[in-house]
Amino acid sequence: MSVAARAAAQPSPSPSSRAELSDRSRSERRLGLLLSAPAVAVMLLVTAYPLVNALYLSLFRYRLTAPDDRRFVWFANYATALSDPLFWQDVLTTLIITAVTVAVELVIGFGFAMVMHRALFARRTVRTAILLPYGIVTVISAFAWKYAFDLQSGFVNSWFGAGDYAWFSHRWASMLVIVLSEIWKTTPFVSLLLLAGLAQVPRDLGEAATVDGATAWQRLWRVTVPNMKAAILVAVLFRTLDAWRIFDNVFVMTSGQQKTETLSFLTYRQTITRTAIGLGDAVGVLLFLSVVLIAAVFIRGFRVDLSQVRGDR
Amino acid sequence: MVERARTSPGRGALRSAVALALLAGGLAACGGGSGTPALNWYINPDNGAQDRLAKACSAASGGRYRIKTSLLPTDASQQREQLVRRLAAKDSGLDLMSLDPVFVAEAANAGFLRPFTGSEAPQFTQGVFPAAVQSSTWKGRLYAAPFWANTQVLWYRKSVVAKAGVDPNAPGFTWDKLIDVAERTGTTVGEQGNKYEGYMVWINALVESAGGHVLTGGENGAKAQITISSPAGQQAARIVQRLAHSKAASPSLATDIEEQARSMLNGPHGGFLLNWGYVWQAENGDAKSGTIPKSVIGDLGWAPYPQVTEGVKARPPFGGIELAVGAYGKHTAEAVDAVRCITTAGNMKKYMLDSGNPAARAAVYDEPDVIKQYPMARLLRDSINVAAPRPITPYYGDVSAAIQSRWHPPTSVDPATTPRRSASFIGLVLRDKALL
Repeated sequence: MSVAARAAAQPSPSPSSRAELSDRSRSERRLGLLLSAPAVAVMLLVTAYPLVNALYLSLFRYRLTAPDDRRFVWFANYATALSDPLFWQDVLTTLIITAVTVAVELVIGFGFAMVMHRALFARRTVRTAILLPYGIVTVISAFAWKYAFDLQSGFVNSWFGAGDYAWFSHRWASMLVIVLSEIWKTTPFVSLLLLAGLAQVPRDLGEAATVDGATAWQRLWRVTVPNMKAAILVAVLFRTLDAWRIFDNVFVMTSGQQKTETLSFLTYRQTITRTAIGLGDAVGVLLFLSVVLIAAVFIRGFRVDLSQVRGDR
Repeated sequence: MVERARTSPGRGALRSAVALALLAGGLAACGGGSGTPALNWYINPDNGAQDRLAKACSAASGGRYRIKTSLLPTDASQQREQLVRRLAAKDSGLDLMSLDPVFVAEAANAGFLRPFTGSEAPQFTQGVFPAAVQSSTWKGRLYAAPFWANTQVLWYRKSVVAKAGVDPNAPGFTWDKLIDVAERTGTTVGEQGNKYEGYMVWINALVESAGGHVLTGGENGAKAQITISSPAGQQAARIVQRLAHSKAASPSLATDIEEQARSMLNGPHGGFLLNWGYVWQAENGDAKSGTIPKSVIGDLGWAPYPQVTEGVKARPPFGGIELAVGAYGKHTAEAVDAVRCITTAGNMKKYMLDSGNPAARAAVYDEPDVIKQYPMARLLRDSINVAAPRPITPYYGDVSAAIQSRWHPPTSVDPATTPRRSASFIGLVLRDKALL
């Protein structure tokens, strides 16, 4: 039975099995709830409260610096945001960054995971080398990439004969640099999650397939990948949610210029820069809803079981 | 497996290191002695001259107060962000702040600043440049004391204009003539075209020089009259468009800020540069440290801001820093005293000589040692005297960002549409009918 199939079978206990709970498992469950209660309380305090507050404030026309002009406007801010071309342009930008980075990272990350998994010598050096970019603070890596491509201080133009091409003066060139730095920075994370998945694939399955005459390519697609489907989905989910909320790279490299602004950045600018609390919170709530939607699609639609990889990260 | 087991003590050590660092940070923030009240002065980054002035005034106070400086970010918009965040949270540890003139109205309107009383105000405004006083005043009350004033002039390479046989100092030197000369000599005109405040500085100076305004009635807040869609706005758009499409423009005009524009002046195609007064000190510093050839200094010339319409005096940009007292500070009386000390003509002069930032009092420019260090002191004084402030409105940030959004990149500017579209967009933004 594959990991995914097992995972799918788990979360739907039939009503009859619930009735068969022994006293012991019932008290264990109670203990479990009790033990997680403090964490739930803290979560409510630090996430639920700000969320509800943001929801409330998003119904006002409210500037932090013009407190007397505060007025209740129902859902007008949502209407403004959803009917604004800038919002949809930012959605598109975010979508492109997310799709491209996740797809590329998955392929490269899988390659790295294989290398880390199979490395025969210098195993630790190989793993460290692959994981290094992930250990660098995003803001710092963003600055490094920005300066590398900068016309005045960068080396990229002279190395690759790009003349005086201003990377950050064009939309797609800026996007390319943002996407490249994002891939460079977070591929190790994907490969780490995939490595955990690879480690879960029983070795004898591969050996049995070899005995049956399967080629390496067939073993990869028929044995390895199906058996680590859960890990792959978790990696894709985590990276999608991360990429969807991308902020630092854009902030440092282009400040959202040349149509590279993402949804998080839009929220930041309305709320923090413009101090338009109402409008900004409306965008923030929309961003939150989109994150919930992505998570729901993955968890319900693809039946990702987060507990499958929990112990291996 | 072995590896995984080994990492956990490492992680523990990391965690305690982080905890320790956080704790140390917290403790450091709690420092500060009792007795003499410590005034927190939030300053924009300079070469350390504000800090030295703070020490001098602390010493001069005879123990009445001690000024501690805290550094704000480099970017004017980010300075505002931090100050607004602190003031909105009623930060009682914010006694004094170096405020960009364009944000005085916003902070004053929000009740973030302690206004100067009728008896305090005159000493901060007498002999001070009109644009500085105008920018520090909100609804008839003085909310900030002008500390230093700034303007842009036309910096140029003497060798380039000599070869072209042109005199940028001649009356009637316009933007068109400037771009012509640069194109003819194969040199560049450095400007700030990045999507940031510096670009708004340029646009506003062009609109004002053409005899118009971006908006009027700024004291009405969101109901101000947007007037950028006018012949003056179209003139401004025409010049931006012309430079952006000219070979005299920097290839990275759309992302250039002050320093990139300045470095272009020192490059092989350097010819002209529109930039603030700091250029003189910066170029001298670079020449001394060997970053640029020493010959550049002798070749550096300066002229008034170019005109938009020939024969009509230009209104160069106005900038600088005003000193404001936080409304929630615990030591406002001492803070006002500190402002008094910092903004005396003597200290302004000291600051100008130390930092390269021009004083806000006109008399300073007649001092022999100022003229010696700044051969263009007279030009600076006369330029600041006629400089035009950017729109004085509590929504300045929105107005500026809305203009930047519709006027950027410079190559997209079209006199027929850009001013009109930006005007209607500002209106929508002010009424929360559009995202920005």
